[in-house]
Amino acid sequence: MSIGHALLGLLEEQPRHGYELKRLYDERFGISHPVKFGQVYATLGRLHRDEMVDIAAVEAGGGPDRKLYLVTPTGVAGLERWFLEPDPPMPYGRSALFTKVILALMSGRPAHEILDRQRALHLRRMRELTERKRTAELGVALACDLELFHLEADLRWIELAGKRVERLRAALSKREG
Amino acid sequence: MRGADGIGTNVGEGALLSAIDLRKRFGASVALDGLSVEVRGGEVVAVLGPSGSGKSTLLLCLAGIIPPDAGEVVYRGRTLGGLSDAVLTRLRRDEFGFVFQFGQLVPELTAIDNVSLPLRLAGVRRRDADSRAQAWLERLDVADVADKRAGEMSGGQAQRIAVARALVTGPRVVFADEPTGSLDSLNGEIVMELLVSTARDHGTTVVLITHEARVAAYADREIVIRDGKLAPVPVPV
Repeated sequence: MSIGHALLGLLEEQPRHGYELKRLYDERFGISHPVKFGQVYATLGRLHRDEMVDIAAVEAGGGPDRKLYLVTPTGVAGLERWFLEPDPPMPYGRSALFTKVILALMSGRPAHEILDRQRALHLRRMRELTERKRTAELGVALACDLELFHLEADLRWIELAGKRVERLRAALSKREG
Repeated sequence: MRGADGIGTNVGEGALLSAIDLRKRFGASVALDGLSVEVRGGEVVAVLGPSGSGKSTLLLCLAGIIPPDAGEVVYRGRTLGGLSDAVLTRLRRDEFGFVFQFGQLVPELTAIDNVSLPLRLAGVRRRDADSRAQAWLERLDVADVADKRAGEMSGGQAQRIAVARALVTGPRVVFADEPTGSLDSLNGEIVMELLVSTARDHGTTVVLITHEARVAAYADREIVIRDGKLAPVPVPV
């Protein structure tokens, strides 16, 4: 996800300091991947350079935390364009799991074991997310849902891959027999 | 417990419910092929596996609804195969609760009558049975449909009534076979949350059959069935 657009969206509500943007970003979008302070300030610097944010005030004392940022009309226009632009589908074929299974099949390693191990790990993460969701506020619950559905999609692929591996193995042993 | 091959066998001492080397065939089709598993008291265990893997057959054997061709089911130290039909029926009525994919409520009865039915069958007086059923309807947030029949409620409401009916007798074990299979994601989540949290509050054991990982994620642990056998429990590297 573009951190810049998330920050613009947070600034659209009201002007904010960098540390507040970091806190809000982590609360609302960073359930699995909190953003680093350095990333926030680097992104704000880039947005300022591109005239998408402006500095509303600089409080006495210096340091990056003292600047109050606000979104400019250019920034709002950029945000509007981003909202309407669909994201390209993710290139899942490059996942490490996919590569492992293919290489295991090529080298005669036990693909089932790879799939079983991944399933166990996925389910452990899904249990954590399910538990977290029970008491979470709406934004966090939605983030948990998104991750849960993606993990479930992986697992469905794992089940299908398991079946295909079995078929391939049966076909090979028939040919050899 | 680990077998000599380093694979978890899931069978050991201290289990509330155990299946030992279960085998079951339907004609030429092998549903269970030497499956052993143990469930401890108060545990929520998900049985995961694709369609046709044998998970529903496992549930029917564990609950004493059908006998295995070979192997044993042991519940609280007693082998189910050694019990008479009358004892088995009483066991299922008093100690087990069931939730199925499509609720399977009695269509002629209202929601409250469906929930109080197991109590009435166990000899509880009507007034007491209704009062306990009403309390469960309120706990599961479906008191407003108490006087409606199954055909007059939504799928989510009917499934919550089914959960209330499964829990009203205070069973030791609830067997749930694809309890959210007919529901959309949000209603499925509500039913699972109610089923699992209520079971945990009461120390009820739940055996949850599902092919959905999101449903299995409500359990304390999962076992995976593949072609009538338990998939090996991965040993950490």
